[in-house]
Amino acid sequence: MKKSGQDPDLIASTQDQEPAGAAPDASLDSLFTNASTWGLEQGRNSGSPDAEAARDSAASAASKLTDGSRIAVIGGGPAGSLFSYFLLKTLDLVDTQVELDIYEPRLFTHSGPSGCNHCGGVVSESLVQILGAEGVLIPEEVVERGIDSYKMHMDVGAVRIDTPLHEKRIAAVYRGNGPRNSPPAMTTGFDRYLLQLATEYGANWQRQMVTDLQRHEQGWRLHCADNTAADYDLVVIACGINSALLIQTEKLGIKFHRPATLKTFIAEFKLGKQLIETTFGTSMHVFLLDLPKLEFAALIPKGDYVTLCMLGDEIDEELVNRFLNSPEVRECFPENRAPVNACHCFPRINVGPARQPYAEGMVFIGDSGVARLYKDGIGSAYRTAKAAAMTCALHGISESDFKQHYWPACRLITRDNTIGKLIFMVCTVIQKLKFTRRAVLRMVVLEQTLEGRKPRMSSVLWDVFTGSAPYTDVLLRTMHPAFLGHLCWNLVVANLPPIHAADKKVTAT
Amino acid sequence: MINALGKVFQPGENIVTQGEVGDCMYVIQQGEAEVLKDVDGKQIRVDTMRGGDIFGEIAIVEHTTRSSTVRAITEVHAMTIDRKTFLRRVQEDPSLALNVLKVMAHRVRGLDQELAVLKQSIAASGLETG
Repeated sequence: MKKSGQDPDLIASTQDQEPAGAAPDASLDSLFTNASTWGLEQGRNSGSPDAEAARDSAASAASKLTDGSRIAVIGGGPAGSLFSYFLLKTLDLVDTQVELDIYEPRLFTHSGPSGCNHCGGVVSESLVQILGAEGVLIPEEVVERGIDSYKMHMDVGAVRIDTPLHEKRIAAVYRGNGPRNSPPAMTTGFDRYLLQLATEYGANWQRQMVTDLQRHEQGWRLHCADNTAADYDLVVIACGINSALLIQTEKLGIKFHRPATLKTFIAEFKLGKQLIETTFGTSMHVFLLDLPKLEFAALIPKGDYVTLCMLGDEIDEELVNRFLNSPEVRECFPENRAPVNACHCFPRINVGPARQPYAEGMVFIGDSGVARLYKDGIGSAYRTAKAAAMTCALHGISESDFKQHYWPACRLITRDNTIGKLIFMVCTVIQKLKFTRRAVLRMVVLEQTLEGRKPRMSSVLWDVFTGSAPYTDVLLRTMHPAFLGHLCWNLVVANLPPIHAADKKVTAT
Repeated sequence: MINALGKVFQPGENIVTQGEVGDCMYVIQQGEAEVLKDVDGKQIRVDTMRGGDIFGEIAIVEHTTRSSTVRAITEVHAMTIDRKTFLRRVQEDPSLALNVLKVMAHRVRGLDQELAVLKQSIAASGLETG
C-alpha cells in the first residue's frame, strides 16, 4: 500500500486537450462525424416529435455493439472485470462477438502498493450471495477469512452480533497480494481472481498504462505509455477514484465531473494466524467511539494480518493515534496495545456521485462514477458494472442509452446514499451521547442473549455495519413502532442507576 | 477452515430436508451432495450436485415446503441465498434471475430426458408382458 494520494499505476500524461472555448459536451469534430450526436442535435433544433424519435432511433441503431465492435475497459479492478464478464456473457447470448481489451498494468501478485487497490477488502454479505446466484463463486484461495459476526465496541461495553444462520457470508480478502514486505501469500487476490474470470470469458488483458484519451471520428483513441495507440467504439472508465486519469477525462469536453471524495485510513497489523484466531476469531470488530471527526472504524481479521479501516471527516495521524490508544481498541489486541503497522495508506473514497457518468460511447463505472456511501464499495462496483454491461449489450452505447438505462441504477444508489447520510448522522449522535449508547447496547445484548427476541436493533446495526441492505430499508425498519417502543424503553431502563452487575459495563459474546 | 465461506456439512448430514419450510436457496461452494426423494417411505437418489450447483430455488419463488432432501456425500461447503436479498436485487436487475432460470431449464431438460427413457422402458416392458 502507498502512503497517500494518487494511483501511480494509472497516471495519465498531460497531452494536449480540447482548446479553450470548445463545446462543453462534444468536440467540433465529433459533432459532424458522430452520427448519434448529430442526430440528437438536429432533433433539438427542428422537426416534429415523431421525426425526432425517428432520428433518435436511427442514431441509436448506429451506436449499438455489433460483431467486431471494439471495447476498451480502463482499469482491471472489480468494476472493470465484472463489466467485462457480464458484457461478454450477455453478448454471447445474443450471438455478438466483440473485441474487449482490459487495460490494467498491475499483476496484483506483488505485495505492497504496486499490487494493491487501497481498500479494506470486505466483500459484503449481500454481494457474496448475489455473486453466488450469478454463478460467480469466491473460491477458498481468494478468501483470507470468512466472517460470521460483528463485535461492536463502545465505551459502555461490547456485544457480538451473529448472523441468524451462524454462517460465514462475508469475505475478508486482499485486493492485491498482501501488505508491504509480507511473504508471498498462498491466496489469490480478489482483483486478480476477477480479472482472470473476465479473461476466461474472452477479454484481452493489456498490461499497459493508459496515458491519454481523445475523441476520434468513430469513437475514442487511447494512447498508452509505450507510445502505442488504439481506437475503440466504447470506452469504459473503471480506474477508481484515486487515478489521475479521471482528471484527464474532465478535459475531454464531456459533462462528466469527478465524484466528491474523502480521505480515509487503512493499515495492516501483523499478528499471525494463530493469534488472530484466538483474539479476533471470525468477527469483524467495529467501534462506536466518541472521537471527533470519526464516522466509523473497523478491525478486519484476515490471514496473518488485521486490517484497520477508518472513515471520517479528513482522517489524520492525530485521530489515528487517538483511536489506537483508546482503551476499547487496545483491549482488542494482545498485550493490550496495537503493534506497529506493517503497511498503511490514506486513500480517498467516493462520497458523492460523479456528474453525468456517461457520454457518447463512454461510461464511468465503480468508484469513478457512483458508489454507496461509506460501505460496500465492491458491491456498488458490481451494481454499476452490471447495469452498464446490460445497457451496452441490450440497448446501445449512445449517451441517450446510458441516460435511459444506466443512469437509473446510479440514481438508485445516489438516492439511497441521501438516506444513508441521515443514518450516519444518527450514528454520530449515538456515538456522542452516552445515554443513547447505553440504550443501544442494552437492546442488542438482550436480543442476542434472550431466545425468541426479534433482533430489531441487531439487524439494523448489522446492515449499517455490513452495508448489506439499502439504507432506505434500514431507515424504514427503525420507524417500526415496535423498534421505537423498545428503544424508548431501553433509553429509560439502561440509564437507571445500576442495581445489577449486568447493568454496568456489559460484555456479551 | 478459516477462509471457507458458507456452512460446512459433514458426509451424511442433511442440508435441506424434504417437507420442511424453506426461505432460501443454496449454492454449493465445494463438495458433493445427493438429492433424495421420499417415495412410499423409501429414499430414491434422483440427482447429485457439485461445486457451483444451485438448489432450493423453488423456495425463492414459492412459499412451499422442500420437494427433496439434499444430503452431503463428502464434506460440503454450502452458502444460503436469502429470498429477500435475491428478490430485492431481481427487482433492480431482472437479468439476475437468468442464472436461476438456466438452472431450472437444465433441470427440466434432464427430467424430460428421464421421462422419455422411463416411458420407453414401460412401453417396452408392456410389449414384453403383452
